[in-house]
Amino acid sequence: MKKLGEVLLQEEPFTELVLGNTAVVRGMAEAGVGVATSYPGSPTPEIATAILSIPVESRPFYFEFSVNEKVATEVACGASLNGRLSCVFFKSVGLNVAADSLVQLSLMELAGGMVVVLGDDPGANSSQNEQDNRHFARMAALPVLEPADPGEAYLLFLEAARQARARRMAVILRLTTHVCHAKGLVGFGRLERRAVDNTPRFDPLLGPYIPITSTVFPLKRKALEKLAAFGEWSDSPGLNPVFDHGNRKRGIITAGLPALSVLDVLEGVAGKPDVLKLGVVHPLPAKTVRAFLESHEEVRVLEELDDEIERSVKVLAYDAGLSVRVAGKAGVEDWLGEYTPDKVEGILRAAWPDLFRASPESEPVAPAPALSPRPPQMCPGCGHRSAFYAIAKALPKDAITVADIGCHTLGFLPPYSMGQVLLSMGHSTGTGSGLALFNTTRPVVAFLGDSTFFHAGLPGIVNALFNRHNLTLVIMENGTTAMTGHQDHPGTGQNTLGPAEAIPVKRVLEGLGVENIREVDTYSQAKLTGMVREAITEEGFKVIIARHPCMLKMTREARRKPGFVPRRVRILQETCEKIHECVESFACPTFQKAKDGTVTVSPELCIGDGSCIQVCPVKAIEPETEAGGKKP
Amino acid sequence: MTGQFDMVLIGVGGQGIGLLSETLARAAAAAGIRVLAVDTHGLAQRGGTVLSHLRLGNVARSPLVRANSADCVIGLEIHEALRAGRDYLRKGGLLAWVETSLQPLAVRLGKESAVDGEALGRFCVDRSFRPLRVETPGLEDSRMENMVILGRLVGAGEIPGIGLQHVESALGDLLPGKLLEENLRLLRAAAASG
Repeated sequence: MKKLGEVLLQEEPFTELVLGNTAVVRGMAEAGVGVATSYPGSPTPEIATAILSIPVESRPFYFEFSVNEKVATEVACGASLNGRLSCVFFKSVGLNVAADSLVQLSLMELAGGMVVVLGDDPGANSSQNEQDNRHFARMAALPVLEPADPGEAYLLFLEAARQARARRMAVILRLTTHVCHAKGLVGFGRLERRAVDNTPRFDPLLGPYIPITSTVFPLKRKALEKLAAFGEWSDSPGLNPVFDHGNRKRGIITAGLPALSVLDVLEGVAGKPDVLKLGVVHPLPAKTVRAFLESHEEVRVLEELDDEIERSVKVLAYDAGLSVRVAGKAGVEDWLGEYTPDKVEGILRAAWPDLFRASPESEPVAPAPALSPRPPQMCPGCGHRSAFYAIAKALPKDAITVADIGCHTLGFLPPYSMGQVLLSMGHSTGTGSGLALFNTTRPVVAFLGDSTFFHAGLPGIVNALFNRHNLTLVIMENGTTAMTGHQDHPGTGQNTLGPAEAIPVKRVLEGLGVENIREVDTYSQAKLTGMVREAITEEGFKVIIARHPCMLKMTREARRKPGFVPRRVRILQETCEKIHECVESFACPTFQKAKDGTVTVSPELCIGDGSCIQVCPVKAIEPETEAGGKKP
Repeated sequence: MTGQFDMVLIGVGGQGIGLLSETLARAAAAAGIRVLAVDTHGLAQRGGTVLSHLRLGNVARSPLVRANSADCVIGLEIHEALRAGRDYLRKGGLLAWVETSLQPLAVRLGKESAVDGEALGRFCVDRSFRPLRVETPGLEDSRMENMVILGRLVGAGEIPGIGLQHVESALGDLLPGKLLEENLRLLRAAAASG
C-alpha cells in the first residue's frame, strides 16, 4: 500500500494520481512553506488530510488547525512577518470570518510572503451560499491565480509562493470545489530538504506596520503599486494560454474549471471561437487581454458566479476605445451554479445559435420512475437524532428553533424539522436573541455544535449574558468537527501535533458566568425531553449540553481494532404493530419499510447502538445477539 | 484504448464509492490510459447520494461527464443506479448495479414507492440501456460489494483497456495487508464468474 505521507515527501521528481487538494500540499513542501494554518471546511479539508498524513516528526512545515479562519489568517500573517513563507487555507465562506484581518494584508510588508488558498464553492455543494471571493480580492488589493485542474493547482501554488515571497505580499490561489476534488496525474518536481531555521526575523523597520490615520495612505499607495507591478507580471508567457482555433471573428475569455467546460463543449464544433484561458484573474493581464480583444470582432466572457472578469474586460475595452463587442452574463441564470459543460453549452447555444447543430438530439426520452433527491442525513446511531427526537417532544408547536452549522444542521429535514433559520457559523445564539425580543409566548431554542462554539459561537453567548437575552441554547457536543471529516478542535484534547490540554465547553460557560447549565447524554431521550421542558419555562439564558460522541467516528475506529464484532438491532416481527415510530418519527435510515408495512433492519446500515430501542411503543426492537436471541 | 470512455459511479455515503473510483482511476493509470476523475458531492455525504465521475481517454478536458453521455454507470444501490442512469447514461450504455436497496427518506416516510430490480430492468428497456444486475448473496461485509461489481465488469471486459492485473495493481496501492487480500479474493472470484 502506498502511504500518502511518504509519497508526498519523495525527494526525486515523480508522477502520481492526486486530488487538486493533495497537489497543493506537495507545492507547499517544494516551495518551502514554513507555517500553514487552516480551519476545516469543504472543499479544502483534504489539504489538511494530506499534510496530516505526514508524521509530525517528518512534516516539512508547521501546521495547525486554528480556532477559526480569522485566527488562522493572523497566525499565517504573523509567521510571514517573522520571515516564514506561510499559507492559510479555508473554504469560501471562511473568508467572511477572516475578512477583518485579510483586508489589511496588502498594507503589510509580509517579509516571508503568504499564500491564501481559497476553496470557493460554485454550486453551493457544501456551503450556505456560492459567494464569489474575487470580490474580496479586489477590495483587499490582493492578486488572484486560478488553476483549472490538479496539475495547475500545483504549478500555480509554486508561482503564487514565488511571487509572494519576492514581492513580500499575500497572493490568493483560488480553487473551486471541483478543482479541489478533481483527480489527475501530476508530475511533481524535486523536494529540497531545508534545515530548520529558528531565528526570529521580525523587523519593525520593514513597516510601518501600524495603519492608523495618516500612515494608512503611504501603506495603501505601496499596496496599489505592488498590485500594479503584479499586474505587469501577470502577462508573463504561459500563465494565460490562448487556444487559437484560427477564428478572428469570435473569441471567449474564461478561467478555471469553466475553461475546461468550454474546451469540452467546443470539441468537434465547426467554426470554434478562439479561447483565452486566464491563469491570473486579478489584476487582469491587460496586454494579453487587449491583444485578444483587438484580434476578434466579438468576445464573450464565460465565468462562473459573478461578472468580475467581464467588468474588467469591458472597462479595458472602453478605456482603450476598442471596437470589439464584449458580452457576458445575459440573465439571472448565468449567475447561478457551476459552469459544467452542460451549462456552458446552454449559454453558448443562446449566444451563438449557429455554432452548434440546430438542436440537441431531440428524440423523446422515456420517463423514469419517481425519485426524490437523497440529501445527506444523520448517520445511524447519531446522537443528534436522539436529541432532535427528544427535543421535538418538549417543544410547543409554535416554538422557534434556530439552526447552526454542522451535522446537526440536518435536523431541519423532515421528520424532525428542528431548525428554522440559518445564517452562518455560530450565529444561532445571536439570531435567537433577536427572535426572543418582543416575544413573551414562543420559546426560542438555538442549536450550536462544539467546534462552532469555539469558532464563532462565543461572542453570541457573551452577548446573551451581557444583554440578558431569554433563550435556550442546546450545545450539540459530539467531540469532533464531524461534518468536515472529524478534525480536532479545542475541546477534543488533541491538536495537529498530538495530545493537548482540552478546553471543556462547560468550563468555558461557567467561566463566562452562565448559571443555568444542564448536561445530558442525548441517548437519555426522556431526560433530555424533561430538561428542555423545564428550561423553556425559565427566565434568562439557559444552556443544555446535549452530548454524545460522533458514532461514525467511533464505529470507524472500532472497526479498525482487532476482534471487532458488528452489532445490530432486530425487529421482533410478532411484537411489531406497524406503528412505524422507528421509521417515520425517529427515522433512522437503518429501518426499511416493505410494501405491506413490515419493518426490517438494514444489515448494511445498522451499527447496533440501540438508541432506537426506547422509541418503540410496543418494545419490538431489541439488540441482536449472535445466537439470534435476546441478550441476557 | 482509442476514443473516450466516460463513467459515472453512484451510491450512498458509506458504501465505498470513493474506493471504487480511486481504484478505477489508478487502474486506468496503471494501464497507461489518461484519466480524469472527480467526486461531485461536496461534504462527506452522511448517507446521501455519492457521485463520482471518471473519464478515460485523451479527448476530455473537464472531469465532469455530460448529461446522457456516459458509456457506463455503476450503481451500488438500486435507487441511486436509477438516478445516475436517468441523468447520465447514453442510449446503448451499460447500467450495472448491485441489487441492494437502501430506501430514501421519501420512501420510508411513505411518500414515494421503492424502486426494485424489476423496475430498473424495465427502465433499461425503455431507455435502451444494457443492464447488468449483480447480486451479492452471502457477502459478509456489504462494504465490499464494490469489489464484486468491479470484478464482474472487468472480468467481462466491459471497461476498455482495463484488465484484472491493472485493478489488482491499483488495489495494491490503496489497501493494507489483510484488507487487500480480502478485496482481491472477492474481485478475482467475481471476475472469474463474469
